[in-house]
Amino acid sequence: MSEIIKKFLYLNRKAPYGTIYAWESLEVVLIGAAFDQEVRLMFLDDGVYQLTRGQDTTEVGMKNFSPTYRTLGDYEVKSIYVDKGSLQARGLSQDDLVQVAWEDWETGEEIENIVEVVDAARGSELMEESDVIFSF
Amino acid sequence: MSILHTVNKSPFERNALQSCLKFANSGDPVLLFEDGVYAALKGTSAEGQVKSALDSQSIYVLGPDLKARGFSEDRVIDGVKVVDYAGFVDLAAENDKVQAWL
Repeated sequence: MSEIIKKFLYLNRKAPYGTIYAWESLEVVLIGAAFDQEVRLMFLDDGVYQLTRGQDTTEVGMKNFSPTYRTLGDYEVKSIYVDKGSLQARGLSQDDLVQVAWEDWETGEEIENIVEVVDAARGSELMEESDVIFSF
Repeated sequence: MSILHTVNKSPFERNALQSCLKFANSGDPVLLFEDGVYAALKGTSAEGQVKSALDSQSIYVLGPDLKARGFSEDRVIDGVKVVDYAGFVDLAAENDKVQAWL
């Protein structure tokens, strides 16, 4: 491919449902995937709540968009990072989060779970490495 | 005069709960709903605030909002009562006023 590929980082800092940020971010990620860019997602602060398992919105009358996170591997998203400190402050661990599988359609390479818990230093590095950062 | 205080913001993002607990009279009930439900969970950095408030007032959390966010009742701090929508209505009716901490 002759086009320039940029590194996109989507920073998610808001809890789902209370505001529209989480859903809007997901929409932009899915649209962005169509442009063959290198897409990374990072969840920090209340954004880590977007990835909790077992969300069930039947009684609140809102769309449950959490199953979409599990399909991100099919939309060219190969890296999902979660800030360790944000999990700890909320009494959460990786076991509380959904798993996102990834597979390379051409090589058949598979990764069972691309969700990676990282420390703040790695988080800074990820921001530094990115060409574009989208904040939600 | 009793006031039902409602908090619908995350304790990690806003100071709504903190201000609510600062001004609510002892004995006045507090209901956590929407993003406010995160304050009702065990093991968070906000747990201490909620636990000490439990000494002087009842704290309720809206079950459907917990469920929407992926948390079951066993993740809720002991002493915090889970209510449904009907319970929310009862609380509003039982108290003289409702104060919403937006």
